[in-house]
Amino acid sequence: MNKKKIYPWYFVVAPLLLYVALFVLPSLIGVGYSFTDWSSYSDKISFVGWENFADVFSPKRDYLAAILNTLWFTVASTVIKTVLALLFAVLLSKGVRALNLHRAILYLPAVLSVLIVGIVFTSILDPSIGLMNEALRAVGLEGLAQRWLVDPDLAMWSVIGVDVWRGMGYIMAILLVGILSISPTYNEAAELDGASAWQRFRHVTLPLLRPTLAVVIVLNVLYGLKVFDIVYVLTNGGPGHRTEVLYTAVFQEFSSGRYAEGAALSTVMLVIMSMVGVFMIRTLTRNEVQE
Amino acid sequence: MTDIRRKPIRPGSLVKNVIIWLTSAIMLIPLLLIVFTAFKGPDDARGMSFSLPASWHFGNFAEVIDKGNLGAGFLNSLLYSSLGSVLTVLLASMAAYVFSRRRSRGNRFLYMFIVMGLVLPINFVALTKVMQTFELNDTRAGIILLYTAIQLPFIVFLCYGFVGRIPRELDEAAVIDGCGPIRLFFSIIFPLMRPVLITSLVLCFLNMWNEFILPLYFLGSADKWPMTLAVYGFFGRYETQWNLIAADVLLTSLPVVIMYFMAQRYIVGGQTEGAVKG
Repeated sequence: MNKKKIYPWYFVVAPLLLYVALFVLPSLIGVGYSFTDWSSYSDKISFVGWENFADVFSPKRDYLAAILNTLWFTVASTVIKTVLALLFAVLLSKGVRALNLHRAILYLPAVLSVLIVGIVFTSILDPSIGLMNEALRAVGLEGLAQRWLVDPDLAMWSVIGVDVWRGMGYIMAILLVGILSISPTYNEAAELDGASAWQRFRHVTLPLLRPTLAVVIVLNVLYGLKVFDIVYVLTNGGPGHRTEVLYTAVFQEFSSGRYAEGAALSTVMLVIMSMVGVFMIRTLTRNEVQE
Repeated sequence: MTDIRRKPIRPGSLVKNVIIWLTSAIMLIPLLLIVFTAFKGPDDARGMSFSLPASWHFGNFAEVIDKGNLGAGFLNSLLYSSLGSVLTVLLASMAAYVFSRRRSRGNRFLYMFIVMGLVLPINFVALTKVMQTFELNDTRAGIILLYTAIQLPFIVFLCYGFVGRIPRELDEAAVIDGCGPIRLFFSIIFPLMRPVLITSLVLCFLNMWNEFILPLYFLGSADKWPMTLAVYGFFGRYETQWNLIAADVLLTSLPVVIMYFMAQRYIVGGQTEGAVKG
């Protein structure tokens, strides 16, 4: 059989063109702009070499902090979401009343627009009239009431908390499929041999779940490094630059008209993401590559 | 196993149930907060508090639909999300099919090239230039094509995993029976891809419906705004009238929440199939 004829090239042309034109091309043009002095202040664009990159890494800008914040967000949200999701996936695999209802509820926040999550939690975390502090006061824990999104030491944790609320169910759903696809005979055999629930989890479920966990961690890390909208709607990088991540920093530059600096920062992000990405994508597609 | 079932409540199972019910409650409180507040009167809703409305104001909804221009927003959202997801799924499934069936060196590279889109950040300023050059800025077609380009990598990835598990013998039999490439794909392979196509459609639709950054940047005129941007504008204008904001939020979320409950099994099961089972 002639494979070229049965699986024709023109099936690929339209998606490829669209993807290149509206996704890849802007990234490449962006790399080009990062070597210029393009800004909203002048019409002239000229080549300036590596100047913007020197600027990005110079101490007078807070970009290094933005890079560190991004990494911190990625690590913290990945760990918290994965651990909680694993806990609830195990709990919701059997032996709970109204199992499907709980699964549906835990996933539900992921269906809402981040914009809406932002609006609702801006209200809930409001220091004076927000539900969070009202509830703490109502049960006599006034000492725990905080200025959640305003306190510089706390803001990042609040953002991570909201992100966990929103994204944990999604990760749980993926892990749940992994757990349910493990044949129950393994666990039954271990139980007959007298293994405790913890031992069964540690020595049966966890090792068999490793491929699923890898996928989940990859998805979390990719999400964390690219995080933008949840930070944008909750704090937009503030207070100060305490929750500034790479993507929001790029946006700040763009919206204040410093296009070239923004492009340079965006290029730094592109390089980081491509390096991490190749490794991550390989993990994600490993199953198919083996075929 | 039977002896376990006969005991009414084990302490371990009780703890487990309590943890789960509490967690579900915590997950639901912010959502109930929206529902309660959406029915409150203006004096009752200075902030959002977790209490039933003192009196039920159904008029809030009519008011936000009118003031926030939600009717037009709904139609725009519906147009962008449905056309965008159909286009994405059609293009992605065709590409994934060819990539998976004909694994030449070039195709392998192209597959990885597209899937890298899962990783790459979007450069908004350069994208603005490109959109202007193609005359797509502030047009309905432009936003649909943009949504499609951005969702393509994930959907190609999902479909690729699925096509790999459709037996090739089918193709051979069809070709021997005189089937051309287009008929082979659309009348034999495409129907067999139904589960992954539905999953993809639903996920695309949800993502496109919820999008607000892209329209914020690439749709200048308010008459083309989707529902999410209407909420955004509304939030800016009526900052203290939480009953109206909540009503607006509720109306905007309702379509996706309904869709989620209808398509739940496709969302959760289907997404992982490609990634986990391979």
